[in-house]
Amino acid sequence: MSTTVKKSPLNRAALEFKSSTFSVPVLVLSGNVPDVIQEQLEKKIGLAPDFFKNSPVVFDLQALNKQGLPIDVAMLADILRKSKLMPIGIRGGTQSQVEIAASLHIPVYSVHNSFSETGSFHQDKDKTEPQPETQKTTINTLVNHPIRSGQRVYSAGDLTVTAQVSAGSELFAEGSIHVYGSLRGRALAGVQGNANARIFCLDLQAELISIAGNYKISEDLQGHLRNRPVQIYLQENSLIIKDLV
Amino acid sequence: MARIIVVTSGKGGVGKTTTSAAVAMGLAKKGHKTAVIDFDVGLRNLDLIMGCERRVVYDFVNVISGEALLNQALIRDKHCDLLYVLPASQTRDKDALTQEGVGKVLEDLSKDFKYIVCDSPAGIEKGAHLAMYFADDAFVVTNPEVSSVRDSDRMLGILSSKSRRAEQNLESIKEYLVLTRYSPDRVKLGDMLSVDDVQDILSLHLLGVIPESKSVLSASNAGVPVILDEKSDAGQAYEDIVARYLGENRPHRFIEEKKGIFGKLFGGK
Repeated sequence: MSTTVKKSPLNRAALEFKSSTFSVPVLVLSGNVPDVIQEQLEKKIGLAPDFFKNSPVVFDLQALNKQGLPIDVAMLADILRKSKLMPIGIRGGTQSQVEIAASLHIPVYSVHNSFSETGSFHQDKDKTEPQPETQKTTINTLVNHPIRSGQRVYSAGDLTVTAQVSAGSELFAEGSIHVYGSLRGRALAGVQGNANARIFCLDLQAELISIAGNYKISEDLQGHLRNRPVQIYLQENSLIIKDLV
Repeated sequence: MARIIVVTSGKGGVGKTTTSAAVAMGLAKKGHKTAVIDFDVGLRNLDLIMGCERRVVYDFVNVISGEALLNQALIRDKHCDLLYVLPASQTRDKDALTQEGVGKVLEDLSKDFKYIVCDSPAGIEKGAHLAMYFADDAFVVTNPEVSSVRDSDRMLGILSSKSRRAEQNLESIKEYLVLTRYSPDRVKLGDMLSVDDVQDILSLHLLGVIPESKSVLSASNAGVPVILDEKSDAGQAYEDIVARYLGENRPHRFIEEKKGIFGKLFGGK
């Protein structure tokens, strides 16, 4: 998200923080023998040397740690650099692995914040609802008309709809979604991984609801919470649907 | 300037052409000079419903491609002097329509006519898109069943985002719901969505309900717009719709179940 700086003539903004998404290859390790890793890595890189040359890479140790196989993070970083890769992050590491990575200035990514599908959502954004690019102060989106079947709306912040949302439509928000009407379409909040995003609606009949990649489909939404005003949030990786009142 | 009305639905077979013919005839009978255009290039039907199929010489595509003048292609209706039909071409396809060509024809018609009714083809492709693109008002024809309602909803989305009015940020198209083939007894049995069910999903201004009626089929086969059959329930329903569209306040009819003779005698309330 962007920060805002007051633009008075005397106090010109010299910098600005912006949020961007990049597609970075993730190296998922399933074995811990250094020679084997090096050999297989070189084979893979040999398939597309130009693509991998100086490419940033995040290495994922979750699978390895699940099997209880230890690995030396410093050595792994060396192997990657020797192969002309630039390790820019570690994911799914144990406490000690994370500490070693930090001492090597390699940033730590959490497993839950990185959903492979978020990138594609970003590209799917509705062309009829462009993000306000000139107005950096407001990234929230307000829609005052019904969202019909086949329509898509993307908000870089919160998304508020003051009318109904029809079946067959899609709402995407990097923040929370508020629907002051019936929600019959798909609502995906926190599409860039914000697990604190929530979905609020006055009448839950959604085809699909999702927060930070955790989703439930219509079939899972049967029962007493249907057709009611509810809020939906994420708690320990599961979607909680609660009565609003 | 003429008011351009598109009769659209998304789904096929719901009664767009029947509605176009009836509404155009109704407007003309009220004294407004009206043109009705068949946008269904390649699947021409409107001329049959209007009973002018034997008088087609030139068509919409001929006019767009400059092979005929608008006046040569317009067919005056035999029942009403103020109504003209612009038939579609049967030998071409929708690609023969261009946005500039359609815009030019509508602009020329606007000088002379009060209302222009555009009979949209089914689907959401080029023909349907061009039929609605220049519209001021939209009659969304829907049958009381889920797939028709879903398709109408999709069409409403397209009306509000891809029309000329939407693209130029003008006042949005006025959207009206025309619920056709409605059968109150089947609603009662739970076989059919009710007016309220449809309204709940589409939340749209209801212009009128056309009851399922044998008179629609016989009128179509005879080539006479059903609105001219003043004794039929469907004809009266279309009469109501035209009157409401022109600003009259008429109560809705044909929503309740018809009572048979025994129901009237013993039913009470």
